Amino acid sequence: MTATASSAATSGVADDRPYLEVDDLRVQFKTEDGIVRAVDGISFALPRGRTLGIVGESGSGKSVTSLTVMGLHNAARTRITGSIKLDGREIVGLDDEQVRRMRGRDVAMIFQDPLSALHPYYTIGKQISEAYLVHHPGRKAEARKRAIEMLDRVGIPQPKKRADQYPHEFSGGMRQRAMIAMALVNDPSLLIADEPTTALDVTVQAQILDLLEDLQREFNSAIIMITHDLGVVSQVADEVMVMYGGHAIEFGSVEQVLRSPQHPYAWGLLQSVPSLRGNAEEDLDPIPGSPPSLINLPSGCAFHPRCAYKMVGGGPCDLEVPELLPTADAGHVVACHLPENERRRVYEEEIKLGAAQ
Amino acid sequence: MSDPIVESAGTAVKQPSSDGTPLLSVEGLTKHFPVRQGVFGGKALVRAVDGVDFSVDRGQTLGLVGESGCGKTTTGRMVVKLLESTSGRIMFEGRDITHMNRAQMRPLRHDLQIIFQDPYSSLNPRHTVGKIVAMPLQVNGITPPGGVKKRVQELLETVGLNPEHYNRYPHEFSGGQRQRIGIARALALRPKLIVADEPVSALDVSIQAQVINLLRELQREFDLAFVFIAHDLAVVRHFCQRIGVMYLGKMVEVGDRTQIYEEPAHPYTRALLSAVPDVTKIGTEGRERIRLEGDVPTPLNPPSGCRFRTRCWKAQEKCAEVEPPLLQIGTGQQVACHFPETGPVS
Ligand SMILES: Nc1ncnc2c1ncn2[C@@H]1O[C@H](COP(=O)(O)OP(=O)(O)OP(=O)(O)O)[C@@H](O)[C@H]1O
Ligand SMILES: Nc1ncnc2c1ncn2[C@@H]1O[C@H](COP(=O)(O)OP(=O)(O)O)[C@@H](O)[C@H]1O
Ligand code: SF4
Ligand code: SF4
Ligand SMILES: [Mg+2]
Ligand SMILES: [Mg+2]
Repeated sequence: MTATASSAATSGVADDRPYLEVDDLRVQFKTEDGIVRAVDGISFALPRGRTLGIVGESGSGKSVTSLTVMGLHNAARTRITGSIKLDGREIVGLDDEQVRRMRGRDVAMIFQDPLSALHPYYTIGKQISEAYLVHHPGRKAEARKRAIEMLDRVGIPQPKKRADQYPHEFSGGMRQRAMIAMALVNDPSLLIADEPTTALDVTVQAQILDLLEDLQREFNSAIIMITHDLGVVSQVADEVMVMYGGHAIEFGSVEQVLRSPQHPYAWGLLQSVPSLRGNAEEDLDPIPGSPPSLINLPSGCAFHPRCAYKMVGGGPCDLEVPELLPTADAGHVVACHLPENERRRVYEEEIKLGAAQ
Repeated sequence: MSDPIVESAGTAVKQPSSDGTPLLSVEGLTKHFPVRQGVFGGKALVRAVDGVDFSVDRGQTLGLVGESGCGKTTTGRMVVKLLESTSGRIMFEGRDITHMNRAQMRPLRHDLQIIFQDPYSSLNPRHTVGKIVAMPLQVNGITPPGGVKKRVQELLETVGLNPEHYNRYPHEFSGGQRQRIGIARALALRPKLIVADEPVSALDVSIQAQVINLLRELQREFDLAFVFIAHDLAVVRHFCQRIGVMYLGKMVEVGDRTQIYEEPAHPYTRALLSAVPDVTKIGTEGRERIRLEGDVPTPLNPPSGCRFRTRCWKAQEKCAEVEPPLLQIGTGQQVACHFPETGPVS
């Protein structure tokens, strides 16, 4: 399966060789109820200076994908196969010490809930300094200076004074900024943001998204933005990967995936979203049913029980897992048994108008 | 949808509101929470809600929007009397319920219900779905014709759940299904008004759309009125005929859907709308975006005059000195601003 971001060449800033290369990644968890196939054969590549948006509903495998790239899984209960390369170096199978060295310096992460990443008993400044010291041992004075600099850089007023405060003295938006400051203190080449604005007000979300964009321009980092909000993705992503039931089911440039999506699940997502335009008197158009259990994924195409377009009459939809295959549009890949011309026709004639477009 | 509730609700025919009395109206609603502050424990007041006016007609939905901490939940809880107000007046069907005690409220409990944000913590994990939905009936000593069980099964069907799930426990259901259980419970007494506090915020988009459609259907069917609290402006637009925008304990703008979304007059409303990332705008770089600086100030010590002035790009001296009253303007909505905006949003 090959779903690689091939449009990197179009960007001036981006380095042609991908910084991150994920190939046929599979992550399984052993649980009491059975094996959870949280990520089941994902491949993508991301160069520096570019942003990949990963979208999908909860439980589709977005966070597991990113935590695996961070090397955050407990090896005893987790089975990881496939390959993840950072700057050409394989990280699947690294030992704890090697992972620790990579984390923060090469890859850093920001989470939905800043309180889970910040320690309540240490000042913000101390925590950012500590993150710096992990990779610059012994340089205490420099670390403090750097912490204040970073707080200033992420837009925290009076950074000197704020550095000596505790997380509970910060508002939600400021905590999120502090976490970003901490993540960026070692100039990581790859930043993974897992629902970084989901818990924030739209006004603060807009500030944080602008901030990430500025920082990316400045440091030329690669960003993975995980979110279930298509609006957020449309604003920040260059490429988009849509996940369903642990699989990537569509991948392409943000225009390809959001302006001419070809997978019925992507159509469903776009149609479900209420918008600021369009007829508010009409009912919304939700996807029926609910997301699947990853322990017992439906046969064939995992989306088939909810799909209005599944081929009727014993078609391959309920029997064969559709492969992620190229479309006529370079860089746009889709995993669906419907023939491409049929998908294009359905989208143009039945979906486009109703969707939040 | 089958409507097992309506049949027995023969008495709930639309009350002609020819006298013009709204179902619910609140005036000067205020909640100040006393808190201790600092090492010496000095007393201070959190001005969570500070003199809010609005009304809701029968069968209508009023949306309350605004940033976190602006007082939406506190307002909603006062309306259903889960929280005593500090001052102000709450009128329900023309009756002053502000100071009614539990016993006096009992007959009104039927009419006023609440749905909570969190479909996980608002249902007792040790009770079966049947027991949860039956609770309001039992507490109020109501035996519907055909029995409690039959009614509960009808309610489950109404909200799109399988009536056979009567004996299951909440953990066996998904988030969207749990929210439906909460809705079934709120419907059990055939209320006239439901306060719904962020009922879809914790749900995935596809499930969120299902629940919004369900609420819309129930509203049409049973002529229900809602106070619908949400921070997602697009969701609110799809469910609410009228919208109230709150900022730091104040109502800053109230209007109908067109007024608020097409021609918002308060600078804060414009800023909120402008901040919503919009799928339809991919690639349209450089559109006029209003970016608010900083966070909402603390309600312990709100700014003088207009509370929005510390973040408002139009603020002038007058804004710090005089609090702008909520007044009706030419386009019909009510706005609390000395220098309201005009014209459609870009
Ligand atoms: N029991 C309390 N004691 C002290 N302050 C309180 C209490 N309850 C709420 N507050 C404060 O009152 C203000 C309004 O709170 P409220 O919960 O109504 O906000 P909200 O608009 O619902 O916010 P959100 O969008 O985060 O749910 C906040 O500043 C909050 O911290
Ligand atoms: N440590 C774990 N043990 C068992 N199952 C897990 C673990 N972490 C995640 N999962 C499961 O993997 C699936 C994907 O999870 P996740 O990647 O967190 O989804 P999301 O797309 O919402 O981020 C879910 O079914 C989740 O319950
Ligand atoms: S493969 Fe079949 S069931 Fe799956 S999305 Fe395509 S048409 Fe629908
Ligand atoms: S009253 Fe003044 S500060 Fe307040 S919103 Fe209007 S212009 Fe801005
Ligand atoms: Mg997640
Ligand atoms: Mg609230």
